[in-house]
Amino acid sequence: MKNKFIYLSVLAFVFAGCEPEFENELSDSNYSAGDADFSSYVAIGNSLTAGFMDGTMSRVGQQYSFPNLLAQQFAVVGGGEFTQPPFDADTDNLGGLLFNGNVIQPTRLIIDAGDGGPENIAGTPTVDITNQFATAYNNMGVPGAKSFHLLAEGYGNIAGVPLGQANPYFARTATSPTATVLGDAMSKNPTFFTNWIGNNDVLAFATSGGTGVNQEGNMNPATYGSNDITDPTVFAGVYSQIINTLTSNGAKGVVATIPDVTSIPFFTTVPYNPLSASVIGDGDAAVGQATIQQLNQQLYGPLKQILTALGQGSRINLLNPNGNNPLLITDETLTNFGPQITGALTLGGFDPQLAAFLGNAYGRARQATASDLVLLSTRAAIGAAPQGAPAPFNLFGITYPLQDQHILIPSETSVVATATASFNQSIRQIAASKNLAVADMNQILNQLVSGLRTEDGQIYTADYFSTSTISTVLFSLDGIHPNARGYAVIANEVLKVINDHYNAKLPLVSAGNYPGATVLPSNAN
Amino acid sequence: MRKILSLTIAALAASSAFAGGYRVSLQGQKQLAMGHTGVAVVNSAEVLFFNPAGMAFLEDRFNVSVGGSALFARTKFQNETYNWKASTENVGTPFNAYVSYKVTDWFSAGLAVYTPYGSAVEWDQDWQGSHLVNNIDLQAIYIQPTVSFKISDRLSFGGGPIYVTGSVEFNRNLTRSLTNEQGERSDVTIDAAGVNAWGYTAGFMFNPIDPLMIGFNYRSEITMEARDGDATFNDLPAFAQGAYPNTTFSADLPLPAELTVGLSYKFSDKWLVAFDYNRAYWNVYDALVVDFGADGIPTSVNPRNYKDASTYRLGTQFKPNDKFAFRAGWYFDESPVQDGYFAPETPRNDSMGFTGGLTYQVTNKLGVDVSFLYLHFDETDNSYNHYTEGTQDDVTFGGTYKNVVFSPGIGLTYSF
Repeated sequence: MKNKFIYLSVLAFVFAGCEPEFENELSDSNYSAGDADFSSYVAIGNSLTAGFMDGTMSRVGQQYSFPNLLAQQFAVVGGGEFTQPPFDADTDNLGGLLFNGNVIQPTRLIIDAGDGGPENIAGTPTVDITNQFATAYNNMGVPGAKSFHLLAEGYGNIAGVPLGQANPYFARTATSPTATVLGDAMSKNPTFFTNWIGNNDVLAFATSGGTGVNQEGNMNPATYGSNDITDPTVFAGVYSQIINTLTSNGAKGVVATIPDVTSIPFFTTVPYNPLSASVIGDGDAAVGQATIQQLNQQLYGPLKQILTALGQGSRINLLNPNGNNPLLITDETLTNFGPQITGALTLGGFDPQLAAFLGNAYGRARQATASDLVLLSTRAAIGAAPQGAPAPFNLFGITYPLQDQHILIPSETSVVATATASFNQSIRQIAASKNLAVADMNQILNQLVSGLRTEDGQIYTADYFSTSTISTVLFSLDGIHPNARGYAVIANEVLKVINDHYNAKLPLVSAGNYPGATVLPSNAN
Repeated sequence: MRKILSLTIAALAASSAFAGGYRVSLQGQKQLAMGHTGVAVVNSAEVLFFNPAGMAFLEDRFNVSVGGSALFARTKFQNETYNWKASTENVGTPFNAYVSYKVTDWFSAGLAVYTPYGSAVEWDQDWQGSHLVNNIDLQAIYIQPTVSFKISDRLSFGGGPIYVTGSVEFNRNLTRSLTNEQGERSDVTIDAAGVNAWGYTAGFMFNPIDPLMIGFNYRSEITMEARDGDATFNDLPAFAQGAYPNTTFSADLPLPAELTVGLSYKFSDKWLVAFDYNRAYWNVYDALVVDFGADGIPTSVNPRNYKDASTYRLGTQFKPNDKFAFRAGWYFDESPVQDGYFAPETPRNDSMGFTGGLTYQVTNKLGVDVSFLYLHFDETDNSYNHYTEGTQDDVTFGGTYKNVVFSPGIGLTYSF
């Protein structure tokens, strides 16, 4: 009897130590690096590689850079340490940059729940670029860099920053004033790399509203302005040089293509026709309708009459008091009918000075169409007063045409699309010549336009922040760069490409668990 | 390891008790040891739970059975796609107490107190599935005054009202990504105690020929209506604090009806075999809907879509002499959880129970009951595919789950 009780208590003890066991217990050995070697992973690129979001680098945002997310997954299969430029100085996670105490880059964008719109978080940046580290890091993403910048000596020379000849972010980390981004990257002896460069070679033109120059045919990038489009031959040459250097010691890697502007919320959020009676009436539709009648009689009607006489009546139509009306814009590709308009108005009894002003303002004016892309930054300009314009011609987009820097017109969009396609073709060709994996970010971001379904069933889109998408939005408040969740989606796509191309088996990241925009109840110190 | 264990179990030939959903089948040490059969077994006062009709067939005038179990439930989770691993270990202490008194030859009265439903699962706070559950603690105590009438030596009826008093505490993160300004995940706790409800049980036993007993029992559905419980929001970002004040909540949690039919057969004075079939009407658990008291907090609708589930039980008892009784049993327990609704708050799939136990009669009147249950679950790949996030209501969370449940129990029986 006594023995039986002992038997039972021993049994209970045995069971207490009994853990559930899986047939295949998950461990690091479930994963493999395949043909790749992640012991020294180096990431090359621009802001998208650096972890830039909400208009700046910030201490917390940088933790979500896609290379940093990748490195955490690589660690499972022998990935080495992954270092990023230090942002400890960004104590309060405000972002932004100082140069000798002067703000040269504003703080990060947040949503002020009181005001609704995105704005810079209150406070002064605490990262001063004069605190230099002279150290190469695994994350060599440099915000603002174009392809040829990676090879440019002096791009990290702090003396060149105030002259616009050097990059403030690279100046913090460059190992010497003459160091190149690529040279510093190679000093890490990469065994594996990601290279996502080239966006700014075309995107800077697009985000400027097409104010730059298409430098096709100009083979000297030193003469390019910051908003210009890089010549495709220059791009291909530079890109080859970068890849040849990165692979010179046998490293493998992933290169990424450049997304089309039409998949980026910076270009797709503000509609071309936001002018409803309610908007014009500042919330009061009745007031707006009265204003529209007035505008039609005094401005749109006479203008249309003059333009019709010139055979260009389609440039402007009367406003519909019950519809969404298009913005008034300037299209620099149109024939300038300024003198004719001035003449007609003068004949009609207008003060000659005002007639001259209006001729100048409306000579190339037309209403926007669905083919025009209104920049996100233009949202604040609509209804604002142009400098020196007298009332009632002092409302941008309504009574005064929005300018070149506000809108990407079809001719500009087409130049951008041509350059993007050409750069992407070079990227794919050069990658193929070295048998590198290609993460087709252009295709992936295009997928977001209709909705990209992740492994967990969530469907993500390329939409800009709204309160209803707080748990699903992928783009940060600058409308160009992803937020943490968006970088997780990008990291996932890169992981899949690596798994596929290098026969690796890497765990994915779950984008749903990553944060979106910062929302604050009010924005004050 | 597992092989040795099951051999040991077989040698011991003992008992059973953990069913799908949040049903906990541990309502008596003697019957648990027999695979938790008992709708047609007249052994002790435990029959008040299994089939109140059997109370009238108890030989002694006064019967008491009290007992309890230590329920060890362990669950492991892994997901190869994301390299996720998590586990939870929980201990429950279901108990039971039964008293019966033979008032007249044909009428008996008694009282039963037992805990047939309960669930305690505690994952690590902020684990990968924290948007579904961090922890849950559900308790329900059934108090059942019981009467039983013997119509003849071959037929009896019995039943009684059931008063249930229970509590629930549940915590989960508000979303998959919301944090406060310090990066701590925002979560909500709902907590309700003293939730009371009424139900009933009724059954009959029929003894057509001496060795054969047939039993039928029905225990009604009881809906625990939590009203004005506390809903507490934790670690909210400042902007959401206005919209999500601490408030009250209301929710209904069904404790489903259960129908049992079964029989027992005495092959000899020493040897008895029993078979029970349970049908639990789980389809009443359509969704866990939590209504918050404060205006503006959206109602939380969590589809469950449980299905009715069956359990098949087999048990046997061998009494070599007046001092000892040995028992063993087996059962197959079907999970009410359907594919795609496998939520980590009750991560149970189909299982097989192996039970064993014995009684040692210290005196003619006093016996000590020992029982043991080992519940075997195959590992299962399953997921919950109905999480709502933004405009999507079919976001999934899943992986591979493996459960181990075991429970030693002890009880005392006193009768004269």
